[in-house]
Amino acid sequence: MMELNAVITLFPDLATDELAEWIERRWVQPELGNVDIWIFHPVDVARVQLIYDLRRTLDTPMETVPLVLSLLDQIYDLRCTLKSLTQAVAAQPAEVLAAVLDALKA
Amino acid sequence: MVKSQTAKDPYDILGVTRKATADEIRAAYRKLAKLHHPDLNPGKPDAEAAFKELTAANALLSDPEQRTRFDSGEIDAHGNERAPERDFYRDFGDDVRQTKYRPDQRYRASQGNGAGQDFDPADLDSIFAQAFADHDARRFKTPGADAYYSLRISFLDAVNGATRRVSLPDGRTLDVSVPAGVKDGQVLRLKGQGRQGYGDDTADTSLKGDALITITIAPHPFFHRDGNDVLLELPVTLKEAVLGAKVEVPTPKGMVSLQIPPNSSSGSRLRLKGRGIAGGHQYVTLKLMLPTEAEPELAQFLETWIPRHPVDPRKGMVTT
Repeated sequence: MMELNAVITLFPDLATDELAEWIERRWVQPELGNVDIWIFHPVDVARVQLIYDLRRTLDTPMETVPLVLSLLDQIYDLRCTLKSLTQAVAAQPAEVLAAVLDALKA
Repeated sequence: MVKSQTAKDPYDILGVTRKATADEIRAAYRKLAKLHHPDLNPGKPDAEAAFKELTAANALLSDPEQRTRFDSGEIDAHGNERAPERDFYRDFGDDVRQTKYRPDQRYRASQGNGAGQDFDPADLDSIFAQAFADHDARRFKTPGADAYYSLRISFLDAVNGATRRVSLPDGRTLDVSVPAGVKDGQVLRLKGQGRQGYGDDTADTSLKGDALITITIAPHPFFHRDGNDVLLELPVTLKEAVLGAKVEVPTPKGMVSLQIPPNSSSGSRLRLKGRGIAGGHQYVTLKLMLPTEAEPELAQFLETWIPRHPVDPRKGMVTT
């Protein structure tokens, strides 16, 4: 877990204001600690890195970032749902499993 | 973050495995330290560095905390903090317990602490409602997927067009008619020749996907292609180049006669109008081939030959 200043130091050219704006826009949602400080979990840091790459490396315009993030979030959500589904299917008796697989192949 | 030079692996320095016990490490260190101690090796200037390296490796690995941090990559062999390995977002995105960045998570009843909210069964309903819910009422149908194949054809087939039979992975064969002038990488779409649609048990091909066939063209030993033009390098003898000649030239559609004008230099480009692809031309670049065997008469003539119109072919190539 890291505080905002520590996250900033991971990126050579990321200013506090810019990261604060990303938080403001809810692109990244660090935990709000009880003494008014942001606490970044590893997932939040990875997300900052992602947004950083989108902005710096891929030159994604500000107004396009939410679109990209929203689509990505939907994909990960779907992947989780699919994972749950496949786990549920895999736990079924063999004949049910076979029937499902046949239906998928058809 | 301190950037240090890449340090040697302390395990390698001590010659122990990563699973070595504290005792094994201590034993290895002692043995090597004896060998490399500078005071015992006064004639070896390297010994001091080697000994320091050993000592540092031992210091790192004999401290359980440091050793753990090194093993997990937090510090390097010098004990310096290492820039953490980058975590990618996808390492978290697929974690079902990670719900913070899920779409519409605000509206989920189960928002809060992690347990028991792995996924919302309602999601499944919405995704599969179409497929399962009104299975009886309306037969659910969905078009089949497109199938992708690739087909490699010869240069001449690409220029002239051809019909090629493709064997599909499912055992079917498909006759692909390749149009004349097809380009490398071009994709041909065969409607209704793709995969079966879902819920499609009729011969109705409207539900079938298409077959998409990517054409690749094998290079030809002497023809090349530039758009719709065909390029050919044509070897000519000295005599043909100087005196001019009528020669037979291959084109994709067969041999044609070409008149080589007198005094044609190597590299001259001649055009065979309309002999390319779809109205394109064939361009013939002459390549002067000198005799490969000794020709004393020719040599003798050239020695005594004084050109009537001397030219310097390298005029203008002077650089200052």
